Amino acid sequence: MMRYGILLMGAPYSSQAAHSALRFARAVAGRGHRLEGVFFYHDGVHNAARLAAPPQDEPHLVDGWAALAEDHGVSLQVCIAAALRRGLLDEREAARHGKQGHSVEPPFELTGLGQLVDLGLRCDRLVTFGP
Amino acid sequence: MANDKAQWMEGDLLVILRHGPHGTSWLREGLDAALVAAAFGRRVTLLFMGEGVTALVPGQSGGPLGQKGTAPTLEMLEMYDIDSLLVEADALARFGLCVDGLLLPARAAGPLELSALARTHALVLTF
Repeated sequence: MMRYGILLMGAPYSSQAAHSALRFARAVAGRGHRLEGVFFYHDGVHNAARLAAPPQDEPHLVDGWAALAEDHGVSLQVCIAAALRRGLLDEREAARHGKQGHSVEPPFELTGLGQLVDLGLRCDRLVTFGP
Repeated sequence: MANDKAQWMEGDLLVILRHGPHGTSWLREGLDAALVAAAFGRRVTLLFMGEGVTALVPGQSGGPLGQKGTAPTLEMLEMYDIDSLLVEADALARFGLCVDGLLLPARAAGPLELSALARTHALVLTF
């Protein structure tokens, strides 16, 4: 058993990165390895958009990540600095910035870049997906 | 085994920067990752590769788009004890740059050294 981490830097539906990352994540868990966490950075933070509404005949990536978290206990960590400037705020940040509504909800959590470094050093392999 | 590994590791984190300072946020977000790692006490090596070497051309400002530019961040690296800066020698030549004329003191590295870097760092992040 190996411990994996994923760094996703591609926006959903813009490139292959997010689709591949989700399939890789499922494969890791399905083969009995441990997926320690997924870190969303750069345009990858858009994968946490709670309001994403893709056509029904396309994979729903946001729901896919949430299902991964639920089925395998994988933490979904979103870089807070990259998220806020792209309009991705959880309830607490929305209140703090005086915004109506929020665009990020659990199991996604806004967190700092230090968590990416920790994840990378904790895993046997950190696999990056980007455009 | 873990101790042996620690002895030959040159650093905890290698951050490879492959984008120039303008047009996208790759460089800025890569530098942010390096600064945060250093702030948490990790030993960081920066490698400017390909177009990324243009980040070290002096005299660049933010420009009319209202973006902050990366020169101020680069000048902060020393405060964070990030002093291990490498530039890809081939890229320097391709862009007509000289290692002595860069914004910060850096060392040019050839292909053999570059290929060894991934083995001497525990974690590699590429931006």
